[in-house]
Amino acid sequence: MQPIIELIDVSKSFYTNEGEIVVLKNLNLTLEKGKVLGILGPSGSGKSTILNILTNLLKPTSGELIVNGKIGYMFQKDNLLEWRTIKDNIMIGLEIQKKITTEAVEKIDRLLKVYDLWDFRNRFPRELSGGMRQRVALIRTLATDPDILLLDEPFSALDYQTRLIVSDDIYKIIKQENKDAILVSHDISEIIAMSDTIAVLSKRPATIKNTYQIELTVDGERTPLTSRNAPEFKNYFDKLWKELEIYAK
Amino acid sequence: MQNSNGFNNYLRQQKRNKYTVILIQTLILLGSIVLWEVLARLGMINTFLVSSPSAIFTLFMKYLQDGSIFTHVGISVWETVLGFVIGTTLGILIAILLWLSETLAKIADPFLVVLNALPKTALAPILIVWVGPGIKGIIVIAITISLVTTILSAYNYFINVEEDKIKMLKSFGATKYQILTKLILPSNIGNIINITKINIGLSWVGVIVGEFLVSRYGIGYLIVYGGQVFRLDLVMMGVVVLAICAMLMYQMVNLIEKWYNAKNNSSKL
Repeated sequence: MQPIIELIDVSKSFYTNEGEIVVLKNLNLTLEKGKVLGILGPSGSGKSTILNILTNLLKPTSGELIVNGKIGYMFQKDNLLEWRTIKDNIMIGLEIQKKITTEAVEKIDRLLKVYDLWDFRNRFPRELSGGMRQRVALIRTLATDPDILLLDEPFSALDYQTRLIVSDDIYKIIKQENKDAILVSHDISEIIAMSDTIAVLSKRPATIKNTYQIELTVDGERTPLTSRNAPEFKNYFDKLWKELEIYAK
Repeated sequence: MQNSNGFNNYLRQQKRNKYTVILIQTLILLGSIVLWEVLARLGMINTFLVSSPSAIFTLFMKYLQDGSIFTHVGISVWETVLGFVIGTTLGILIAILLWLSETLAKIADPFLVVLNALPKTALAPILIVWVGPGIKGIIVIAITISLVTTILSAYNYFINVEEDKIKMLKSFGATKYQILTKLILPSNIGNIINITKINIGLSWVGVIVGEFLVSRYGIGYLIVYGGQVFRLDLVMMGVVVLAICAMLMYQMVNLIEKWYNAKNNSSKL
């Protein structure tokens, strides 16, 4: 399998007046084509730092970073701009990259139609439900045509019911649009439901402590909702729970 | 849909409360003017010190007939408008510069804090000497009074825009200039309108102080001249005219704000 993203021996330290904080230490990660990689870790373990390094918002202190493709970032909060209509919100990435072409606009129109937002294209964000807003945020990311999606706890701002539905939605969109994705979360069941591989982070300074290949037996198509009913789900949950439980002590 | 009885009653009650408030406000205003006039006529208060409403009105009509009130009001209003427009624009531009360069903001910080704490009217005499008397000097005083608070509050609004939204724009590769025009400024239009409202008041302070110091026209001149020759009707008239001008200007910005809010709250369907 051809790796899309590779982190080789990446370390990252932050410097403050109080001293040096080593957040990542010799971290190795691989994302393969067509897969969803889950990164599970306790809070404060440096999950967001990894994503910030991948998107070039931060430079690693040492180590090598290979990214074959364009990255799109999806945040915990939808970060929609209240004064822009839904369509204008989706256009913002293209606007910034100065890539507004008829083709790009047609693509956005298609996405809006396919994902049931067409009727809302001229509405403002506050008129939409949390789940819809999150879908808009994903389409905003997809509009710039990224190959890889980074999802930074993208559902944690939603209530539980919405969360199940939206994660199902988003998973389907990722698969339909043929994207690879890295999902960062501290929610064990969510990460099992969505990922093909799960990397568990250790406490700070973070390294990869363990990697799990998630193989689930599901009837029909695999989606986050059907995954939760797979017989293996509970096993994975227990294993990952134990991995994290060690830190709680 | 038919409103329920309870809801109709609620609406009626709300309306009645509103009218009661307006009625009492009008009564207080009219009552005190009448009381003032009556006491003045009965000789129970010294009209030399407090004048009387009728005297003020007569004087106002005189100024109106010879048209000189328009000159005075016109000049003061012009100075005030220039003062707050330049003060607000310049202040926001400087706030943008500070936002663009954190180092610059750090360097400027103590100076701005001291200047902000200093009562700017204390600088008025120096400014008059530097810029020269007349309209130019007065406008500079008006600008000085609103400038520093504008810089500080605008800068504060700018740096308090959600960090996550900035990160979102950066994830698309936005430049600092794009973050400014696509996020910082549009998200702060409401705040900028508020700053403008405050600056109208401050600009009036600057203009009146300036006209007190050096001027032969303007509402401030009328007030200070009236005071010097113990013509209290002139002083009072000046104050009333000033109050009306300030209120009208404030209301105009209010209308702009309402229009902006209405525009923002209706979706184009």
